Amino acid sequence: MQRFANPLRFKRLSGALLPWTSAATVLLFAAGLWMALAASPADYQQGETVRIMYVHVPAAWMAMFVYANLTIASAVALVWRHRLAEVAARAMAPMGACFTALCLATGSLWGKPMWGTWWVWDARLTSVLLLFFIYLGYVALANAFEDEARGNRAASVLAVVGAINLPVIKFSVDWWNTLHQPASVSRLDAPAIHADMLIPLLTMAAAFTAYFATVLLWRIEAALAANRAAARRMLAEAGPSAAAPRVRR
Amino acid sequence: MSEYLAMGGYAAFVWPAYGLTVLVLAALAGVSWRARTAARRDDPGDGA
Repeated sequence: MQRFANPLRFKRLSGALLPWTSAATVLLFAAGLWMALAASPADYQQGETVRIMYVHVPAAWMAMFVYANLTIASAVALVWRHRLAEVAARAMAPMGACFTALCLATGSLWGKPMWGTWWVWDARLTSVLLLFFIYLGYVALANAFEDEARGNRAASVLAVVGAINLPVIKFSVDWWNTLHQPASVSRLDAPAIHADMLIPLLTMAAAFTAYFATVLLWRIEAALAANRAAARRMLAEAGPSAAAPRVRR
Repeated sequence: MSEYLAMGGYAAFVWPAYGLTVLVLAALAGVSWRARTAARRDDPGDGA
């Protein structure tokens, strides 16, 4: 892991990964959307609304997956002052907020026809709304200080403490009575969902994951390049004697 | 075709769900790509 702490090494790694992750994103979304919107059957109870599942469930999984990554990156940033971990955490937090917002919005659009309401204040929906606010809090806190290091530390502490919400989201459907259905894919026995729907769902989840990897690598590359440009400007302003060394092209 | 678009009477819920997803993911990718392009313009070197 430490080897990729070096920004130059990271750039080589991301350069090698990006063609694969971006190709996977395009192909998986093409296949996944076709299956989700055309090839898969309507549900015998829910009719065509079941198609909302193919965007709602991957968005929900990503909301939690990204948060788990944010927690790890923040913990590494706090403990080892790992520069790349800080950059990665800052880069992924807005992405997690977007996935969570999508999860909430598509869930509402599914809830209205199937439950008869856009929203209920039950444990699952409320804990996911809380996740959304924690993401927003992270972004606000990370940018609230003139000293970026202080912002990073404060936001990292929030991310690590906020991780307590993840198991609450996961088990909320088992611990409390709720309109929301319990897990049907990640169960100890066989998934309670037919392969005709499971395969499109898993394809869409893979597409979301490939998309996340691609855009996250773009965002980290952008942050590293912006950092270098800022450092070079500071050196240049410090005077000709301290001018930035010429960089090999 | 119009029967397909009607989504069994649930068009008002299914299509906005997909539309929002495409909109948000495309906007996030677009913003991130432009930030990367701009940052690389400021820092064209191989950045050791």
